Amino acid sequence: MSETVLEVRDLEAGYEPGVPIVRGASITVAKGEIVVVLGPNGAGKSSFIKAIAGLVPITRGTVFLDGRDITAAPAHTMVRLGLAFVPQTENIFPLMSVEDNLRVACGILERREIPGRIEEMYAAFPDLVRQRRTAAGNLSGGQRQMLAVARALIVHPKVLVLDEPSAGLSPKFVSMVFEMLADIRKSGVTILLVEQNAKAALAIGDRAYVLVEGKDRHEGIASELWNDPVVAELYLGQRPLKSEGGSAA
Amino acid sequence: MSLQFVVDGLLTGSMIGLGAIGVTLTYSILRFSNFAHGDFMAWGTYATLAVVGAIGATFGKVAPIAPLSFGWPLIVALVVGMAFTALLALLLDRVLFSRLRSQGQAIIVVMASFGASMALRSLLEFTFTSRPTYFSRAIQIAMPVGFGIRITPDQIALLLLTAVLVLGVHLLMTRTQTGRSMQALSQNAALARIVGIDVASVVRVTWIIGGALACVAGVMIGILVQIRPFMGFDMLLPMFAAAILGGIGSIPGAVLGGLIIGLAEAGAVQLIGAEWRAAVSFIILMAVLFVRPIGLFGVRER
Repeated sequence: MSETVLEVRDLEAGYEPGVPIVRGASITVAKGEIVVVLGPNGAGKSSFIKAIAGLVPITRGTVFLDGRDITAAPAHTMVRLGLAFVPQTENIFPLMSVEDNLRVACGILERREIPGRIEEMYAAFPDLVRQRRTAAGNLSGGQRQMLAVARALIVHPKVLVLDEPSAGLSPKFVSMVFEMLADIRKSGVTILLVEQNAKAALAIGDRAYVLVEGKDRHEGIASELWNDPVVAELYLGQRPLKSEGGSAA
Repeated sequence: MSLQFVVDGLLTGSMIGLGAIGVTLTYSILRFSNFAHGDFMAWGTYATLAVVGAIGATFGKVAPIAPLSFGWPLIVALVVGMAFTALLALLLDRVLFSRLRSQGQAIIVVMASFGASMALRSLLEFTFTSRPTYFSRAIQIAMPVGFGIRITPDQIALLLLTAVLVLGVHLLMTRTQTGRSMQALSQNAALARIVGIDVASVVRVTWIIGGALACVAGVMIGILVQIRPFMGFDMLLPMFAAAILGGIGSIPGAVLGGLIIGLAEAGAVQLIGAEWRAAVSFIILMAVLFVRPIGLFGVRER
């Protein structure tokens, strides 16, 4: 396998001390991959990905980005370290224009680089150009998601991390968002995403992990997982979980 | 009726508006009503007065810049006073507000600001007594400018200063990365961190701007009216009314709100009677909260 960009080892995290939501989850993401984290409701997927982004306190384990330990890095330093996060909801500044939403995220770029970078984002997301002066709160659901992703990409991240990018979108926009992610990967960006919409996510993903009760219970090639009986059992909770731990792949 | 109330109203409105900028920034970015903001004004004014005194003791009597009532010492002292007030605001945040803010309950911070307000005010009374004092006792001749309006050179200078400061803050908020970061933080603090904004440094800028402008507003009151330990506390209601009338978080709104309240106060003095002056902000505040709680330039939270 090619070089590892993101490695999470035995992560334990939660909002309150003594009440971990993530309980020893490990994943690796190689350069250029799309890795999907699946799991039933309440499995701790969202907390897992937020902990990586520095938004949920980590109580055990380590996160490496490009071989560098970023476990204790504050959330606002993540973009500088190369990790850009797109939250599930409220992922734009509603009262700022589309352009200012992009510009405000450019804090780590060289001043003279910023205008060109914004134009590159408009070229990649043409829907946003016509709306550049519009308050972002007036965009449609799909356009908001584009803006949130453009805002994350503008700083040349090593890895793009997304929390349920299809949540709350109409079916038309869902396929649009997944096509967009596939295109972004083609441009060389590594992607880690958590998704409730397993079928659509596995269709564009390379590998996937199934997270259950805060632990990674299964790992596999994305295209094979959809028909994998173990996944169905873990996902639908038909079989009582045994304490075998780790991955069965 | 005489149109003189327009000049009086604009001047009062400028003082209120400059103070309301700090109130509205603190409210939208730090999410609490800072009742000590008026006392920043008073402290800034006394600090400026102290520096004027120190300059007078060092350089002797300095002639005023004709036709104004004050000379360069007051201008230098104002700049020092603004820096002092900004530092005072930063210090109070460091020792008091930031610790309480981390507990996550806004009401605790509001109450703490009330306590800080009392302490700051009492310290001023203790040090300078509650007797009013002045930057200058010189009497300026007001020039007639037509329509029965008279205005002094000091008043013109202060109106211009207000316009320059408001324009400057507005450009800072809308055209610079610092200003955009402040807007971002006021709209969504979690997302602000995600896009790489250092919340602590934005909070510092907020206090610096609010403190410095509070000092200017206080010094304006000192030049045009008088200097007293309660001078800022007495401005609290009009300042909050202006911030809410303009729409919380909006700089142009705070200034416009201040001007409206200033004009309404001056108009009420002329039409109804001076004893109703203080009621004006209260009535406007209630009316806004009933009719349009988001204010003139406010936007409904999603």
